[in-house]
Amino acid sequence: MAFTLYSLFEAALLCINAVAVLNEERFLSKIGWGADQNRGFGEEVGVKSQIIDLIRSVRTLMRIPLIFFNALTISLLLVLG
Amino acid sequence: MDPPTGTRNRKSKKSKQRSKRHQQPQLFDDTSMHPPAGTYGQSPGYPQTYPQGYSQGYPPQQAYMAPGTAGYPGYMPTGHPSEPAQHYGEQIFNDPMAAMAVQYGSNLAGHGKEYVAKNIDKYVPVSRLKYYFAVDNGYVGKKLALLFFPFSHMDWSIKYNQHEPVAPRYEVNAPDLYIPVMAFVTYLLVTGVVLGTQQRFSPEQLGMEASSLLVWLVIEVACLMLVLYIMNMKTDLKYLDVLAYCGYKYVGMIAVAIACMIFNNMGFYVALGWVSCSIMFFLVRTLKVQILPEAEADQLTGSKRRIYLLLLIAILQPIFIYWLTSGLFSYRPTLIGKMAASL
Repeated sequence: MAFTLYSLFEAALLCINAVAVLNEERFLSKIGWGADQNRGFGEEVGVKSQIIDLIRSVRTLMRIPLIFFNALTISLLLVLG
Repeated sequence: MDPPTGTRNRKSKKSKQRSKRHQQPQLFDDTSMHPPAGTYGQSPGYPQTYPQGYSQGYPPQQAYMAPGTAGYPGYMPTGHPSEPAQHYGEQIFNDPMAAMAVQYGSNLAGHGKEYVAKNIDKYVPVSRLKYYFAVDNGYVGKKLALLFFPFSHMDWSIKYNQHEPVAPRYEVNAPDLYIPVMAFVTYLLVTGVVLGTQQRFSPEQLGMEASSLLVWLVIEVACLMLVLYIMNMKTDLKYLDVLAYCGYKYVGMIAVAIACMIFNNMGFYVALGWVSCSIMFFLVRTLKVQILPEAEADQLTGSKRRIYLLLLIAILQPIFIYWLTSGLFSYRPTLIGKMAASL
């Protein structure tokens, strides 16, 4: 498979975009993955709470860089085809 | 940055001698007769001792260290008629706007450099990186032998303080990054040779292969780190360790590629089988020591998860080896293969 570094960048960008569009209150709460539904504390640091934390942190941290990276990629694709 | 005093004296003597013979063609502007007036931050003898090229390059650096004077912090003042160092660039820098832009740009570059230097330790632990390259010949030899035949090695534990990295020189079982890096480059070159013997080589192939390999390595390391995070397994494996362990399969891939070249497809399968078995065994035994002992601190399910992770890592390796080397497959017997078959 002929992968280039650019395709890696594109794939990563698409994945992070996918995580970023998961809306907290419209979607994640409905399927029980909302941020406030796992405040059990204690020793129960299961897989589900780790994933919920990961999704929430990606959404919080990557919003602004995503705007920048998306704009960059779109303009690059427009110019270079 | 200051030249040793011996050269300064030598060069100033030469330029003084040269200025006496004006009819000789001069390779650079003679600055010995025109000491610069009013320039800050420079010793008077400075332009005399350096040829034109140097005085262009050095003043910005020196001026960077003496900001704020003369009103143009960070760059030489413009428009000085007696400033011989600006002779060639004077047309550009006569314009104060351009001078300000250049000064701003160099400021920005300096700030960027500082920022990177401060934060590089977060992403690439530079101080720990040197431990991974502290190897010697004995270690490399033993490790390569281990990678091809790990079945007779008895003691896989790493005897060191668990929270300090150990230089692989002193411990055969410690991971290192020297072998994976070397194996990566060697595998690329061997792939080039193999493709050449099959008459399908072109220089772009090398670059494409390098990109592919790098991408798959990044994907593998990222997936493993993600799994480690999600399963919440607190191990001592940093991502450099994972990178090292994932890079050990390149050694096996070199063997597969060479076997493919010499013995055609039969050699490919035999070498693939052997290398897969030995890499799986090697990784399971090595990582068992590093992943499983923390299981006693967790509940019982913790150890089951760790075993699954170990098996996942072990299974991934042969899959990757087959996937990455399948491009070397060819139904056209190579010249060497024909020779070997006819023996």
